[in-house]
Amino acid sequence: MDNAFGQPQTVVVLGGTSDIARAVVRRLAAARADTVVLAGRDAGALAAAAEEARDFGALQSPQVTFDATDVADAGRVVADCFAAAGREVDLVILAVGRLGHQEEDQDDPARAGEGALVNFAWPVAALAAVRRLLVAQGHGRILVMSSVAAIRVRRSAYLYGGAKAGLDRLATGLATSLAGTGVSLHLLRPGFVRTKMTAGEPEPPLTTGVEPVAEAVVRGLATGQPVIWSPPVLRWAMLVLRHLPARLWSLVMDR
Amino acid sequence: MSRLSGWGRTAAVEADVLEVTSEEQVAAALAAALAPRGLGRSYGDAAQLAGGRVLDLRGLDAISPVSPDGLVTVGAGASLDALVRAVIPAGWFVPVTPGTRQVTLGGALAADVHGKNHHRDGTLGAHVTRLRVISPTGIHELTPADGERFFVHLGAMGLTGVITEATLRLLPVSTDRVLVDTERFDDLDGVMAAMVEGDHRYRYSVAWVDCAASAQRGRAILTRGDHARVDDLAGATLRPPRPARLAVPVTAPPGLLNAVSVAAFNELWFRRAPRRRVGEPQRLETFFHPLDGVRDWNRLYGPRGLVQYQFAVPDDAAETVRTAVSRLAASRVPSFLAVLKRFGAANPAPLSFPQPGWTLALDLPVGPPALPGLLDDLDALVVAAGGRVYLAKDARLAPATVRAMYPRLGDFAALAARFDPEHRLTSDLDRRLRLREG
Repeated sequence: MDNAFGQPQTVVVLGGTSDIARAVVRRLAAARADTVVLAGRDAGALAAAAEEARDFGALQSPQVTFDATDVADAGRVVADCFAAAGREVDLVILAVGRLGHQEEDQDDPARAGEGALVNFAWPVAALAAVRRLLVAQGHGRILVMSSVAAIRVRRSAYLYGGAKAGLDRLATGLATSLAGTGVSLHLLRPGFVRTKMTAGEPEPPLTTGVEPVAEAVVRGLATGQPVIWSPPVLRWAMLVLRHLPARLWSLVMDR
Repeated sequence: MSRLSGWGRTAAVEADVLEVTSEEQVAAALAAALAPRGLGRSYGDAAQLAGGRVLDLRGLDAISPVSPDGLVTVGAGASLDALVRAVIPAGWFVPVTPGTRQVTLGGALAADVHGKNHHRDGTLGAHVTRLRVISPTGIHELTPADGERFFVHLGAMGLTGVITEATLRLLPVSTDRVLVDTERFDDLDGVMAAMVEGDHRYRYSVAWVDCAASAQRGRAILTRGDHARVDDLAGATLRPPRPARLAVPVTAPPGLLNAVSVAAFNELWFRRAPRRRVGEPQRLETFFHPLDGVRDWNRLYGPRGLVQYQFAVPDDAAETVRTAVSRLAASRVPSFLAVLKRFGAANPAPLSFPQPGWTLALDLPVGPPALPGLLDDLDALVVAAGGRVYLAKDARLAPATVRAMYPRLGDFAALAARFDPEHRLTSDLDRRLRLREG
């Protein structure tokens, strides 16, 4: 159960090897999370993340492997994670995603479509399964990892940004649908974060490491913030940037 | 579904509330998992079950006439306020009262509440001569002669069965006043020494301690007294307590209670008290339930609510009280005057909170980022001292910590399973701390 400070005890992470998810898990495990279920593609990387969760205070960190291009499998993955938790789940973190290679993918139907599966279709399918289980439980929270890239899509990453935009809008609708169910949804919109996913990419202004993002998440969980921005100033920066004329936007963001 | 929380207004949940007015309805409801609830005055998550069934027992509120020797049989859903109103005109008072009358008898026994007289009269449970409990295994009529089968329900936080009725031995009083001696102390050591030296001379004793971060940290007001007799007063009366005259109409904005405003309040509160005054007659409600004068005072703590941290440590760990006060002051987490009391002997109930020594209670607003870690640190100090935290106030302990604080949790779980083998009696407190898992 969440305690008075919004600290969960049982956490499921879909995309458990994500650097941001791992930073969040480290903080949650150090507080009250004693059961952390990690689901991901790479069994070796998952085992390392699971060991890290235990190092930071989790008592058990079972792992579930899956392939995020297999949308039909999403229901099974979520069910396995809930079963592995063995208790009612307080928090589901949805951190599945990949940046892809815009230049190589944009004219390749198979790769462009696969990116949309990983960044949008699989998360949507998983959210349907999570919604059903948490609503049946009558409590619990969902943290959906969106991106500032979803707010206004950049030419240089429109495949990723476009899929995240879909997920972001879908999550806001899903959040509304949860009123009165005892379940709630937090939408995380980080800016550019230095992770293994973004390694080698040019760093725009307001780039941060993972720790400030994790800190913002923990604070958002404690205060019940529906939309968590990191760094927080992005909320205001995007309010302006999203309304820039297209050519100006391109000039600023797609240099 | 209804939205519910404890008095601290933290971790609110949606739950399906079933109001009952008869024992038959209670027994029928126990076919499925549920959390019993009274007036919702435990601070944390003891009387809620997120996404589940909550049994509202306020309808079981019958109060019998008082027998000539002071015995009264009371429905679990009756409030101590209703009980006091019913019995005071005939010269009876509750033998133990917590800081509010707005609790049900069932809730008071489930938390095994104590009052300012614990050092000589024990908990409320010590004054119960008969308990009626409904659990999935049936209806149980129990008396203290039943030993552990009786005591397990006291302090059980509703996890052993639903208390539906209890017979209490009341305290005879001849007036509605308490004669109060007040003393002010400039530091914690002074007030603690005075309490050790003189509490045994009074039925009631409590100290308010200033935990604000200032040079005056640890200053205290000690109030002690006993019921006034007719001869002590001119024009003695036996009138029921006055209802609340003030209310907090809306939830305060976040941050209203901060280090500055709380320090200012503490300053006023301290200055208001005389340095020394003897034998002042005070109304029962003024002495016992000052906060009942302000309805919904918990709203002052803003949308994120408050936690209360109350711990008990043995006499030889008085240092823990000093350390707690100084750590709190150093953290600059604002705290209203803290309540310091001495406890007498413990009773045989496995989860009953009081143990001989000291108890300190702190009201703290949720919000300061340092607070969760500060309280975890205090937990470690309390455990090291052989002490414990009060479950009726708790909203944030960790499962492992509770096991260190309540070494008889295993006995409790085993006994509870005899009354409720399928674990239908539960609550968010139970799920968070895994109390029934032992």
